[in-house]
Amino acid sequence: MKSIKYISLGILFGVIMVKSEAASWYRIQEMFRFQSFHMYGLMLTAVALGAVGILIMKKIRLKDADGAPIHFPQKKKGWKNYLTGGIIFGLGWALTGACPGPVFVNIGYGYAGMVLVALGALAGTFLYGVIKDKLPH
Amino acid sequence: MFYIWYYAVHYITHIMRFITQPWPWYVSGAAIALIMILLNYSRKSFGFSSNLRAICSLLGAGRKVKFFDYNWKAQKWNLMFLLGAMTGGLLSGTLLNNEDALELSYPTIRDLGNLGITFDGDLNPSQLFDLAAMTSVKGFLVLFLGGALVGFGSRYAGGCTSGHAISGLSNMQLPSLIAVAGFFIGGLLMTHLLFPLIF
Repeated sequence: MKSIKYISLGILFGVIMVKSEAASWYRIQEMFRFQSFHMYGLMLTAVALGAVGILIMKKIRLKDADGAPIHFPQKKKGWKNYLTGGIIFGLGWALTGACPGPVFVNIGYGYAGMVLVALGALAGTFLYGVIKDKLPH
Repeated sequence: MFYIWYYAVHYITHIMRFITQPWPWYVSGAAIALIMILLNYSRKSFGFSSNLRAICSLLGAGRKVKFFDYNWKAQKWNLMFLLGAMTGGLLSGTLLNNEDALELSYPTIRDLGNLGITFDGDLNPSQLFDLAAMTSVKGFLVLFLGGALVGFGSRYAGGCTSGHAISGLSNMQLPSLIAVAGFFIGGLLMTHLLFPLIF
């Protein structure tokens, strides 16, 4: 029955991505051209409220639904993979106008071309898995 | 009794009108933060691109490549989230659809027009994402290679917009800040230097 919880959260996420227009190729272009505050406002609100939420959860040592302490994963230190991977991701994000979440939201919305983007994303992930030991991290 | 029904229908119409219109950025931003916090409360971490690795494993990539030989079943919840996201997209495009055009800023419409990309008022330009575009050589390459950059880059950087820009920055992670800086460097390069060469 736990799946119902995650499917519902996913549905909420999908509706937000469309209704906020964050799943819009046009909006991503507008963002990278600095021609509207819309996407910046959206991300700043999410991060600001998310940070306050996490801070409070840590402060009051909130236990999760099963009574176990909540653990916030620390990212591995370094910069090469974050910067290089980030730049490669950004090139694709601007070209397809979609990050991984919105790719699938847009398939549901009905854009056939997004199926191709998803297949490309799977191929890119697979390629990373094959050559990862040869890349600087 | 009649009045109760009358008001119920009246309010439902109002609520539907409220949901179907585009949401202001502060409402959407708050809702995204809420999703992240609810996932954290279930000891899950909000990061969509992990699904791409899990799908590769589910398709059997683990038999050939070590990176995909891991416990992908721990990501089952995330795959459910993905199914939900697709359903959310479907609902937004049908039941919750509104007919108004997206309110894109004029300078963007003008700049894209100069590149030959028409603003059609919907979420994405159909000239890039419809069946005709998919089956043209250039259209195919743009979509498939664009997707490959997204998939490769997010795994190399260890996360995408949700994992780094939302979860990571909210938890004050320096690596996420570096990744998000990378997202923008890449996006600006593509938009301002490569778009005129591609389109």
